[in-house]
Amino acid sequence: MLARIRAFFAERQLIEVETPLLCSATVTDPHLESWRVEGVGFLQTSPEYAMKRLLAAGSGSIYQISKAFRKDEAGKRHNREFTLLEWYRTGFDHWQLMEDVADLLEKLLGQKQVMHLSYRQAFENSVGFNPHQVSLDRLRDCARQCCRVDFDSDDRDLWLNLLLSHRIEPELGRSAPTFLYDYPASQAALAQINIDEHGEAVAERFELYIDGMEIANGYRELTDPEEQLARFDADLLYRQQQGLTPVPIDRHLLAALKSGLPDCAGVALGIDRLLMKQLGVERIDEVLSFSQERV
Amino acid sequence: MGSYSTNEFRSGLKVMLDGEPCSIIDNEFVKPGKGQAFNRVKLRNLNTGRVLERTFKSGESLEGADVVDRSMEYLYTDGEFWYFMEPETYEQHQADKKAVGDSAQWLKEQDACEVTLYNGAPLSVTPPNFVELEITETDPGLKGDTAQGGSKPATLSTGAVVKVPLFIDQGEVIRVDTRTGEYVGRVKS
Repeated sequence: MLARIRAFFAERQLIEVETPLLCSATVTDPHLESWRVEGVGFLQTSPEYAMKRLLAAGSGSIYQISKAFRKDEAGKRHNREFTLLEWYRTGFDHWQLMEDVADLLEKLLGQKQVMHLSYRQAFENSVGFNPHQVSLDRLRDCARQCCRVDFDSDDRDLWLNLLLSHRIEPELGRSAPTFLYDYPASQAALAQINIDEHGEAVAERFELYIDGMEIANGYRELTDPEEQLARFDADLLYRQQQGLTPVPIDRHLLAALKSGLPDCAGVALGIDRLLMKQLGVERIDEVLSFSQERV
Repeated sequence: MGSYSTNEFRSGLKVMLDGEPCSIIDNEFVKPGKGQAFNRVKLRNLNTGRVLERTFKSGESLEGADVVDRSMEYLYTDGEFWYFMEPETYEQHQADKKAVGDSAQWLKEQDACEVTLYNGAPLSVTPPNFVELEITETDPGLKGDTAQGGSKPATLSTGAVVKVPLFIDQGEVIRVDTRTGEYVGRVKS
């Protein structure tokens, strides 16, 4: 599979790069925990920041196959150490990048047909309301009907994520690989925000699902350093409120954005999961040389 | 008892949920790409045996339950309680009908059983996987029918009724799988 991925990108003239796994800063996303290495920094949860620094330095379109580490993520489909394929296309928007992903799927899985579904449409089909407009009370009631929980929250994204992961995701990508796109602006992460055809502010972000499993996550990348800093600060504030470990902001990334990140779209794809699909297995352990219990 | 975070939830871990002791059956980590991660947990209520499903935000925690499994020797029953003894300390425990449940039909004196204690009192009893019991009542055996299929009911010394091959006679001792309630074989005396 790795050889075919490299051939795919060689044909398209993307440069393969390698960036450090151990960096002085790390992702601020409050729902991602990095492993801290005493006196050095953090094991990276994805090579995104470093690759954006290369893009800002004028690398042009690049790809990387690398290990990524995420603390506290272990389960049937998660391993604390896993393999990511991440690539960036300069001058692409996220729609063009989705075509790229579809081409790669065809090459690797022989899968010709793909589907596109907006986040809004997915919710309307499954739970019958517009996720951008629904009231917090209705959203919370619906989520609580779907699964039994003891916690409460005023955070809309929490309930949306609960419904997405428990009710919607399991049905996504059953008949063909499905791109879910136009996420709520509050879930933009590092994507640009734009106005959709219904006048709704949405994130130019997509996720790919095959048979109910998330395979890839892509953005039309945020290039504005001011906006990036504001999102970092918001993450850090949230971390503080939730009593999570504080992390330093990646000043190198901000400097790179200031010097000018070209318009680009990028996507990270889980190689282990793609391999699971190719081999038709259900547990990530089955595609790892040694599972977590045996490393 | 300490408390356990969702990432420590393992199959078999005993925790308190809604004031009841539960055993974790399955713990699935789900994360919708970006955003809050959840743990979908299946638990068995050890009092009622019912299976529950509950979703937690990853990182939430539950109190551990004072539940331990002990190997004990079954002594006798007085009809109301079943008595078990810890082989090392000779400490005796009495289990009521609710705790013993269907296991009662497989309990033979001096057999080693697994007794689950909750706050020191028997909560449930698991008989050995295989027990050897005498047949107290069954239709007469059919000689020469060892190859043919076919079975008949037989009542065992404990009162359990199992299906046995036609050639088995009253008074014989047979081996039974208590998990399925099926006849396994004849025990040569």
